[in-house]
Amino acid sequence: MIPVLVAVLAVSAALTGIAGAASPVDERVVHDVAAQLRCVVCQNLSVADSPSETANQMRQIIRERLAAGESPEQVRAYFVEKYGQWILLSPPKEGFNLLVWVVPFAGLGAGLVLVAVVLRRWTRRPAAVPSTPVDAAMRERIRREMSGGPRP
Amino acid sequence: MRRRWQRWAIPAAVLPVLALLAYGFWTNPREIPSPLLGRAAAPFALTTFDRVPLTLEDLRGKIVLLNFWASWCIPACYDEAPALERTWQAYKDKGVMVVGVNVQDTEEPARTFLARFGHSFPNAPDPKGHIAVDYGVYGVPETFFIDRRGRVRFKHVGALTDEAARQRLDSLLEEPS
Repeated sequence: MIPVLVAVLAVSAALTGIAGAASPVDERVVHDVAAQLRCVVCQNLSVADSPSETANQMRQIIRERLAAGESPEQVRAYFVEKYGQWILLSPPKEGFNLLVWVVPFAGLGAGLVLVAVVLRRWTRRPAAVPSTPVDAAMRERIRREMSGGPRP
Repeated sequence: MRRRWQRWAIPAAVLPVLALLAYGFWTNPREIPSPLLGRAAAPFALTTFDRVPLTLEDLRGKIVLLNFWASWCIPACYDEAPALERTWQAYKDKGVMVVGVNVQDTEEPARTFLARFGHSFPNAPDPKGHIAVDYGVYGVPETFFIDRRGRVRFKHVGALTDEAARQRLDSLLEEPS
């Protein structure tokens, strides 16, 4: 198992080396673009994080397009043109998509307001409860017990 | 007054969440509409397994059935393979071209696959995945139907059947050329 792993690592290192030598592209930019794209054959993985062959080919395409002089935005736009906005891991902050960005914060704000209101009500309630009226018989009993008189 | 407000507060909070969940459960997460439908098909230049060059440009004026497949794609690619050959035989004289694009594969198993099913339409490898990404392919098999004017008109995800191919090709053939 370990020799296989070593071999795989060596081959991938060699391949990365070849790709790196063939293009003057900054690998950090490739990674940045790949990290924004959804790996199409994975579940919740970016093209940068996925070890799949598809993601590998997509990273190579990103590298080639950057090497051809495209900006990171243009490369991103190319993938959106082919796959739709689905390919973006974070939906753009515009139009209907704004809901995704605004609703959680709005919900959090509304929740905090609700908690504040409820807390105020709870802490105020004991003061608001009217004291039970004391009738004459009770008053008499209290007076008797306080003065240490005989208990019934 | 406060009681009535409270009575409505819980349904008012719960119903939108239930509606959202219901919507989420009814939609198929694997069914993502292709933004390419109705747009010009991306040009490609391939070299078939028989070493014959083939470009989309060469096929202008023909209806093209472009099928993405791989030999490791079991069972869907194996299920649709006989239907692809039957479709090709039925439509090759009607101005329809069937083209197979072999993605993420190696040559040996791909050739074995083609021999096994006796595919007689052109098949070519896409070793770097350029064409697959140009067509926004998620997985295999996927089939695109390109009209005579070179626009992508239909996308079929999963194993193609004779019926599905016939339906789309016939509707494209009915259009004036």
